[in-house]
Formats: sequence, C-alpha cells, structure tokens
Amino acid sequence: MINSLFLINPSGEIFLEKHWKSVVSRSVCDYFLEAKEKALEPEDVPPVIHTPHHYLISIYRDKLFFLSVIQTEVPPLFVIEFLHRVAEMIQDYFGECSETVVKDHMVMVYELLEEMLDNGFPLATESNVLKEMIRPPTILRSVVNTLTGTSNVGDTLPTGQPSTIPWRRAGVRYTNNEAYFDVVEEIDAILDQSGTTVFAEIQGVVEACVKLSGMPDLTLSFMNPRLLDDVSFHPCVRYKLWESERVLSFIPPDGNFTLMTYHVNAQNLVAIPVYVKQSISFFECGSDGRLDVTVGPKQTMGKTVEGVMVTVHLPKTILSINLTATQGSYTYDNGTKLLVWDIGKLNPQKLPNLRGSLSLQAGAPKPEENPSLNIDLNIQQLAISGLKVNRLDMFGEKYKPFKGVKYITKAGKFQVRT
Amino acid sequence: MEWANQLCENRQFGSKMTDSKYFTTTKKGEIFELKAELNSDKKEKKKEAVKKVIASMTVGKDVSALFPDVVNCMQTDNLELKKLVYLYLMNYAKSQPDMAIMAVNTFVKDCEDANPLIRALAVRTMGCIRVDKITEYLCEPLRKCLKDEDPYVRKTAAVCVAKLHDINAQLVEDQGFLDTLKDLISDSNPMVVANAVAALSEIAESHPNSNLLDLNPQSINKLLTALNECTEWGQIFILDCLANYTPRDDRESQSICERVTPRLSHANSAVVLSAVKVLMKFMEMLPKDLDYYSTLLKKLAPPLVTLLSAEPELQYVALRNINLIVQKRPEILKHEMKVFFVKYNDPIYVKLEKLDIMIRLASQANIAQVLAELKEYATEVDVDFVRKAVRAIGRCAIKVEQSAERCVSTLLDLIQTKVNYVVQEAIVVIKDIFRKYPNKYESVIATLCENLDSLDEPEARAAMIWIVGEYAERIDNADELLESFLEGFHDESTQVQLQLLTAIVKLFLKKPTETQELVQQVLSLATQDSDNPDLRDRGYIYWRLLSTDPVAAKEVVLAEKPLISEETDLIEPTLLEELICHIGTLASVYHKPPSAFVEGSRGVMHKRLPARTGSGESTESPDVGAAGGSAPEAAPSIIPSQGDLLGDLLNLDMAPPTTSGPPPPSTGMQMGGMDLLGGGLDSLLGGDIGGSPAMGAGFGAAPAVMPASLNAPVGGGLGDLFDLGGVGMPMGAYIPPKIVWLPAMKAKGLEISGTFARRAGVIQMELILTNKAMSVMTDFAIQFNRNSFGLAPAGPLQVLTPLGPNQTIEVSLPLSTVGPVMKMDPLNNLQVAVKNNIDVFYFSCQYPISMLFVEDGKMERQVFLATWKDIPNDNESQFQIKDCHLNSDAASSKLQGSNIFTIAKRTVEGQDMLYMSIKLSNGIWVLAELRVQAGNPNYTISLKCRAPEVSQCVFQCYEAVLKN
Repeated sequence: MINSLFLINPSGEIFLEKHWKSVVSRSVCDYFLEAKEKALEPEDVPPVIHTPHHYLISIYRDKLFFLSVIQTEVPPLFVIEFLHRVAEMIQDYFGECSETVVKDHMVMVYELLEEMLDNGFPLATESNVLKEMIRPPTILRSVVNTLTGTSNVGDTLPTGQPSTIPWRRAGVRYTNNEAYFDVVEEIDAILDQSGTTVFAEIQGVVEACVKLSGMPDLTLSFMNPRLLDDVSFHPCVRYKLWESERVLSFIPPDGNFTLMTYHVNAQNLVAIPVYVKQSISFFECGSDGRLDVTVGPKQTMGKTVEGVMVTVHLPKTILSINLTATQGSYTYDNGTKLLVWDIGKLNPQKLPNLRGSLSLQAGAPKPEENPSLNIDLNIQQLAISGLKVNRLDMFGEKYKPFKGVKYITKAGKFQVRT
Repeated sequence: MEWANQLCENRQFGSKMTDSKYFTTTKKGEIFELKAELNSDKKEKKKEAVKKVIASMTVGKDVSALFPDVVNCMQTDNLELKKLVYLYLMNYAKSQPDMAIMAVNTFVKDCEDANPLIRALAVRTMGCIRVDKITEYLCEPLRKCLKDEDPYVRKTAAVCVAKLHDINAQLVEDQGFLDTLKDLISDSNPMVVANAVAALSEIAESHPNSNLLDLNPQSINKLLTALNECTEWGQIFILDCLANYTPRDDRESQSICERVTPRLSHANSAVVLSAVKVLMKFMEMLPKDLDYYSTLLKKLAPPLVTLLSAEPELQYVALRNINLIVQKRPEILKHEMKVFFVKYNDPIYVKLEKLDIMIRLASQANIAQVLAELKEYATEVDVDFVRKAVRAIGRCAIKVEQSAERCVSTLLDLIQTKVNYVVQEAIVVIKDIFRKYPNKYESVIATLCENLDSLDEPEARAAMIWIVGEYAERIDNADELLESFLEGFHDESTQVQLQLLTAIVKLFLKKPTETQELVQQVLSLATQDSDNPDLRDRGYIYWRLLSTDPVAAKEVVLAEKPLISEETDLIEPTLLEELICHIGTLASVYHKPPSAFVEGSRGVMHKRLPARTGSGESTESPDVGAAGGSAPEAAPSIIPSQGDLLGDLLNLDMAPPTTSGPPPPSTGMQMGGMDLLGGGLDSLLGGDIGGSPAMGAGFGAAPAVMPASLNAPVGGGLGDLFDLGGVGMPMGAYIPPKIVWLPAMKAKGLEISGTFARRAGVIQMELILTNKAMSVMTDFAIQFNRNSFGLAPAGPLQVLTPLGPNQTIEVSLPLSTVGPVMKMDPLNNLQVAVKNNIDVFYFSCQYPISMLFVEDGKMERQVFLATWKDIPNDNESQFQIKDCHLNSDAASSKLQGSNIFTIAKRTVEGQDMLYMSIKLSNGIWVLAELRVQAGNPNYTISLKCRAPEVSQCVFQCYEAVLKN
C-alpha cells in the first residue's frame, strides 16, 4: 500500500512529506527529479517510475507534483486516484491547491492526510466525513477558537460512518430545502485542416448541489437516457434501477457532489458548434509567414457561443508576430511562443478574424511542424448532446424542495489541425 | 501572580537564548524555544508549540530532540493535541525506543475509552510505532478492539493486524490474530470486511503459500455481498481478491461476472479496472456460444473508452492495460479506433502508448483513417513521437497487406519532406516492407538512393545497404554506392560493417565481372584489419565459400529468405495470460510478470487464466485447470492422477526456503585446527587462483575450447591446476537410477522406465521399453508437451525391430533444448506421449535439472563477484544438505562432474566456503555458495539466481549429486 507522500513544487523542492509506514528517506525523490529533468514539460514526467527498492507514482496537478512511494505490488490506478483525491481535498478545504496554501496550513494538511490513510489503506476520503473529523478553516472559526480554546478537530465519530450510507451524515437540517443540478458537457474533438471532424465525443457530468433536510430519497429521470453510452455513478446511485428503468435513484450526500459522469460516443454524430477557417503558411524562401484565422458558428441550436478563445503554440523559430484582430484581443508570449486570442461572444453577422504576418529568426529554415489550434468556448443553457432532465421526485421526506436544472456546454480538448 | 512571574522568567530565559543564537546554529535556538513553549502551562501555547513541531517535521527538519517534551503533552483531554502528539510519536518513536515506552500507559488507557474514535485512534497509532517493546503491549488491546462493538474500531483494528504482522509476523501468528482476521471476512459491516480482505491480502503477499485467503463459494458470496455496500477503496481490495479465485464451473463463473459487472460504472477508475480484470479472467471459462458471453464483451468496451477521458496519469495506466486486453481479445475495442487518436497536447507518454494500440487495432476496415492520422503525426514537434509514427506506418504495411501500397506512398511523401530523422526512419521501415513483400515495390529504390548522403544513423545506413545489396541487379550504380560506404569502413558501427560485407558479397554473386576488386577489398578489410570476431568470422566464411564453391555460395547467400512475420512485438502467449490475471497492477504497467521485478515477493505465485470447462466438470486446484487449458486437447487421464499429485506435493515443498539460523558455532579446538589447515591451503591455492593475472588470461583465451570436452579440461596448465585443485580426476555427471515412468497396467502392457543423462554435452533420455503384453509392438514414436526448458526429442525414437512379448529394449534418445517453452509446475516436469501400434500413452516424469547444466558454466571470478552483488538479496534461497560426509574438495570435484563449477574457495573460521557457478541450457546463471564445516555432515547452501524459481530444483540436484 501507499508508503509515503511527497509534495514537490515545479522547481523540484520538496515542501511536504508524510509517511504512513516507516519513514522513507526523501533521497528517493532523486529518481523522480532526474526523470523530471529529462522531460521537456512537467506534464511529460512519466507517472510510474521504477527505482531499485521502490516505485514512485506521481501526478502533476495545479502546478504541483504529488509523489507517492510504494514498496509492494499495488494497483497504480488506486494510487493515482488517491493522489487526485488529496489534491481535491486541499482544494475543497482551502479554496485552492497551491504551494502557498499548503505551507500556510501545514499542520492541518498533515492531520488530514493522517485521517485519509492508515498504514497505506484509505480510511476516510469522503469530504463530508473528513469535514466532521477536521473542520475546515474559516476566519470566524479561527477567531472563535482562539477566544474559547476549542479546536478544529471533531471529538466524536462522524455519524453515518458505520452505516451503509457513509456519504451522508444524519440529522441534516435546512430552512430552505433546495436541490440544484448542473448538466455540464465538454466536447472533445479533433478537426482536420479542411474542417472535417476526425474525432469527436462528449464528456458529460451531472454536478449536484443538494441541501435537503433529513434522509431524502431522490429519483432523477431523463427525457432521453438511451443517448448515454457509458455512465459512471457516485456510489449513492442504485445501479440496479438504472439498469432496469434508466432512472437515477439515490440518497444524496449533503452539499456539492458529482452525481454522474457520462460519455457520448463518436458513433452518434456529435454537433460541432463552431467552424474555424485558418491558414498558417511560411514562404519557401525568405523568413516570413502569414497567419489568418476566422471563427464562425456552426451547429449552435440557436444559442449564442460565448467565451471563445483560440490558443496556438507557434513554432520555436518564430521571432516576432504582427497581427490584427477584428474582434477581441490577442496576447503573445515570445518565451513560450504561445499565442492566445480572446474573442469573447461570437457574432454571426460579423465573424471575428485574426490575420497578419509572422517573421522567423534570420536564417532559420521553414518550420517542419504544423501548429494546432486549441479552441475554448462555452454555450449557456444547452447540453450539446441533447440530453434533457425530465423530472426530479423526492420520497422519504414531507417538505417540498426547490428544484433547479442548468445546462452548459464547453469545449474540452477541442483541436483544429493546420 | 505566581503564574505571571513564571511567565516572566520564561521570557527572560527565552531572551537570553536569543542572544546565544549567535553562538549556536539557528536550528538549535529554534529547538530550544520550542522546548520552552512545550513545557508551558498554558494549554493553548502547548498546542501551538506542538503544531510548530509538527510543521517542522513535515518539511523534513529533525525535531527528535524534543521527544520527551512532546510525549509529556500526551495526557490531555484535548483531542487535537492528542492527535498531534500521536503524529509526532509515529515519526520518532523508532529513534527513541526507551522514551517511547513512556507512552504505553496512555495508549492502553485510551484503548478502553468510552469514545470509539479514541479507541480506534489509540490502537491505530500503537500499530504505527515500530518498537518491539510497545508491540508487546499492543496484543491485548488489539484483541479487544478486533471484537469491539463499534465497526469503526473493528475496521481500524483489522488494518492494525497487518501493521503488526509487518513488524513481527511470528507474534501475529502465535496470538491467533490471523484467525480473528479471517473471521472478520464474515463481519456484518461491509467496511470491516473490506479492510479485513485488504489486510489479509497484504499479509498473504509476503507469505504466498500461507493459504490465508481460503476462497470457497461461501466466502466468495460474502465478498460479493460486501462489494455492493463498501467504499470504493474496499471494492478495489475485494475485486483484486476475487480475481484470485477459480470458479468451479462456467455457471459459477457467469454468476460472479453478473454481480461484478455493475462495478464497471463506478466513478473510481481503479474500481473499474479491477472489475475488468475479474471479468477478463472469468470470461475465459464461459462457453463462447453463450449469449451472455457476447453481452459481456459488449459491456467491456464503454468503460475502457471512458478511462481515456480521465487525467493523463490514469490514461497512461489504462492504456498499458488496454494494450494487453487488445492483444488478448481484439474484438472488444475493434470499433473504437478513434478514441486512441492523439491530441497534440497529450503528454508524450500517453502519445506513445496510444500509437502502439492504434497499430494493434489497425485492420483493413480502418486502415485509411489510421494512415491519415499517422501521416499527421509525422509532422509533429516531438522527435521521438515522430519516429515512432513513421515506424508505425511500416508496421501497418506489414500487418495489413491491402494497405501496403498506400503505406509505401505515404512513406515516400514523408521522404520528400527531407526532414532528416523522418527520412532515416522511413528507410528503415521500407526495408522491412521489402522483406515482407519482395519484388513489389522496388520502383521506389531510386528515390531512396537519392537520400543516401543524408543518412547518419547506423540503423538507417544498414537498412539502405541491405536494400542496395538485395536489389543490386536493378541498381545500375550499386557498386559505386557500396564503394562509397567502404571508404570509411572502420569508422562504421558493427551493424553497418556486417551489412556492408554481406551486401558486397551479394553484389559480387550477381555481377561477378565488375566487382571482383570490390569484394576482395571488403573481405580483406573484414578479415585482416578488423578485430571484431563476428565480422572476421563472417568474412572468413564468405571467403572460404567463394573460393571453394561459388555455385554453392550463390545458393547460400542468394537463397530465398523467409518472409518476416505479420505482427511484431506481440507479447508471448503464456506471459500474456499471466499479465491478464494481473490487470491493473504494476505488472500490467511494466508488461512483466511480478516475479521479474517485485521485491519482497519471495516464491511468487504464477497466475494463469482458468480453463474453459465444457460440461461443468470440476477441477480442484487452479494449477491443474491451467495445465489443462494449455495442454493439447487429448489430455490423458494419467497425467492428472499421477503427475499432479506429485506436482502438489512438490508445490508444498516449494514453500519459502527454510532459512537456517547462523552456522553452528564450533568449539575452539576444532576451529584452531581447521584454521591452520584451511588457511594454509587457502593461501596456497586461493592465492594462486585469484591473484595471478596469467590465470585470467589463460581463461580468457580458453573458453572456446572448454565447452567441447568434458573429461579433459583444456584450459591450459593453470586451468589444469585449478580444476584438479582438490582430488584427482573429476567424476562423470550424476545419473539418477532408472525408475518406472509408465506402469504396464496403464499402457496396455507397455512398461517404460528410464532416466536422464548428460553425456559429452548431449542430453539423453535413456529408456527401457518392456513389452508385457501378448502381442508384438511396433511403430514406436515419442513426443513431449511444451515444458519449462524447451526440451524436445532431437531425433525419432530408434526402435527399429518390433518388440515381441516379454522382450525388453534399451533406447537412448538425444534431446535438444530448442523446443517450445511453457512453464511447468514443478519446473522440471515433463509430459511425454509415447505411441505404438496399439495406442497413445501419456505419462509425466521429472528430470534432474543438472542435465541442463552446460559445460561452459564456469564464470570468471570478477564476473561472479559482480553478478552476486547485482542479484537482489530476495532472490537468494538457503538450503541445508544433511548427512553428507565429503570434504569440500571431494564435493567440489564431484559437483564439477555435473557441470557445477567451483570458482573460488575461502576458509573462514574453519568453514570452507565454495563459490560455484552453473549455467542452464537456456542461459540462466545460478550462483551458489556452499558452506562446509569440517566434522559437520550438514552443508549449508545459498543459491542466487535471477530466476529464483529454479533454486529449488538446483538444490535437489546438489543433494542428489553429493549423496550419490
């Protein structure tokens, strides 16, 4: 099982270590740092590294490396999932996951890590359970604590822990009972030069914010559940009922949680909301090139496309660029060769265009690679797959909750090749 | 007031110390301040101080000096303070065991607390303190907690058993904790069940034969019930445990699959992959025509696809596993090609894995898409990725014949880009395409030749030279091209030199008139000016061939070559089967069996897929099922009844090697006497052997001759000296007495007994066939099943005359070691089929592994030393040979007869240590240290080998050789 955890910042400094079994010397991280030196980007460090006596399994998240040390045969996915859980926990408790935040709350992070694993076995990873064991910091609470001498550590066993629904605590009370569901869809797509879809799929997620008293038993049904190719559920969802009736039946955790993630496959035609006309070309001789990019709406189901942003990694040999945008503004970082064009809302009457010249370093050959364009966008009030929630019913409690559903479509890994 | 005074004093004290900071290091000053704060009366201040201590600890500072002060804070009602102190204790107790004992009372008291949280916390922390004295006190509280009324405490206690086992395994066994832990599998609370399973699995991993997780239909049912209700992590443990079970029949297998399938929809990817493992394994038992089988196949694809939209690290592990799944069952993902398309911002490790899977999935149906993608990738930024993409195009051409033409034209397009590394990769793969489809795409050679000058990598140069040589008759200026390479012959790498030599010889055979000079030039370069033995030998062979019989040379060199195989780098089927059983583990990431790399897994259990049971006949042990699965259809009844009983028995023996204690101390008298003698001998012999450089040189030149002769070592004078170091001549190899392998009752009157021998480097199976039936037997033939070392008959069974009733014939069958390999259990098991005019009979026998010891198994001293150090200590096994009355020299010469070579001898305190090496026919080296104590008939032997499975067999040989 998991022996130790090291948190490492991008410059290779270890700023937190936690051991759940005997102490492993931090020199073990040298193997990792060596691999990190070799990788071009921090993202490229291989997640599993073999050293003579240990295995190092790491993730790179929020510009931090979470590195775990294991000694025996342990499922690597188990370790990686756990590391992501640690990152989410830090995010959840302190609002962001960064080196500063961890350093500011060193002891609390340490206490939390101790609650999460015992001897390398996960102990409590559910956010609601953890929060009862160790209360998250708030300004008010820290003031109260110093005045009254009470602490952030809960001194009773979280309720619900021994029950069969560990995700929900007993005795929840709200004056306003409300349940909100966000259906968020991300389009992953690759378009080729001519704009044809090479590959497209939709990753969807239903995020819930449920603040209901007592032990509500909810049933959420969709207009068109057959649309979904693959689903994964929060442990609270009763799988049998989904199998037989295609409804989500569950006793929800209290607060925010991910109810379900789903996947709509390339086989069903995925609507692509925008098209991109682009040309990035370099003259055969001389040291110049041209860039011309236009973005326009395609299948938007009558909604407005907002937050459009185009990101291009230009070739390394580019010296400078001189572009004009008809809408929005662009930034260019000559160090990373990253061109970002922030367009904003897409106006079908007047299509935004970015064009101009690129100049290469003197004497540099014509670049060999074709840069890809990364597109960001979002569309409010639309689930691009067409998924629609039918109704939400509540059993087990008498009050009438307030219910709401919101849809949003975003670009995930949306790339246009040139 | 008093309190205030004290505070004042403290502060003064503190300020004094701040001054002294200038004299000591800052760190010490800091520690001193913390010490003062820890001893403060104010609760809040204490707590803050402990927090500071913990903070320093987390960043890796050493705060162990504060141990007594922190422990003093332990007795408190404040839970947070208690937890903090516990955290500190876990980290530093080991460094201060005597101080840690101070904490025991508090722990014991806390284990009785009314609050379950505190009970659990205490037992949990105690288990983390790896101090022997403390563990003694842990047993009673732990026993209580294992039976606690609160499931939270029970589940914590279950993990604690695993911790304790890690510290003191014997204690856990003696106290009966393992049984209590097994009982917890039937606990009413699923979380407790999950933790008990996890703890047992961890303990079982260090004791592979302990049979801790005794899985039977009842316990499986309990696990499946708990699976639905426990946490995601618990589900992983339970699924991994389920995967070790072998169902009795296909119906049980199906019902488990049905209950595991819902896990595929879990949000936790580790749960999904563990479920995939269980399904992949149990599916193997389902009849293929079953409807459920195809339903299950369909259900597996979507979750695997979904894993690919997760974080890149998860994707990587998923892809490595999908690579295995695709090789085992390509049908699952054959329609999902697109999800493996590479995105430009994927991390490089994901890109490379995706590419690999794309090629595995490539088929006639999707090849157009795949090629378009690969061409796109060939213009990416990352050089490694581009190279692999170009290679992938070549692999597609070889795999999908219909696409070959398209692939070649794509490659030509890429060559036109003139990007150097792209051109070179393209040429390397075009060579392979030529080897697969000869005489089809030669039109492109002209284009290739244009790029000759830009090739600077050996592999690409060698490929180009090969092409020129192979198609010399169609390239007008082939001689010029090859000549241009010849100029810098000695600067080329060996690969290019060898290729150039062959290519010019080919050219000469095709166009003898114009190229005579060239061929002479290259032959003399290769034979006279080169010191590379391979090159020189190949040069001489060609030279001899050309000068004696040019026609024969033409037939040999220009012979039609076999086509290269369809798919490259597939994992070997038995390994693949084993890896499928390890889906989701590190083994599946490395594509190596766990035994190859996992440290601390002593006798690793090899997992096999279960066999498909047609009609629900039950197989008792999983190993039998496995053997049946891969053995030929006509598996006979004799093998299971006899061979497997034997196999099982041996299996038991294979248990962790009996580690003997330290060598028995000998009395002073003996020691003195021995030392005199031993030391003297040692310096005489050992010095000679090790010290003189001439010795090493003598050996360096000799090895080519050494293996040939067995009876007369020809290692030069020094070698002689060495070999005869002890007693006279080496004796012949040990041959076990013949035993009856196939009794007449079971083979319609044919009795076979036999043994194995190694004579002059040839392995022989010596058989006595007796006809105990009434009729004449004729038409004898013999065949072996695949076995661990690839033993196979090197010729037919020579029984020329018919065997009349009551006649006996002795036959000796030479064996080769180049047959197909499959790991057997026990390792030296051999399944044999003998046929005669009456019927086919099967039996299994075990051969002494010593017959695989080859004659050139003598390792050089330096190499031996380095190898010994290099092999991890976990691969070392120790055995005792009892009742052996030879002295060390006699033993050494006896062993040499069986190709166990003594490399050096050392005498330490009256004990002779012999260092020996053995090489098996498949190239595995076994290193041994034999300890012989004068007057003690028990030898101790330590064996080290990279494949520790063979150690047991080797030990048996030692025993057999030394006692006969």
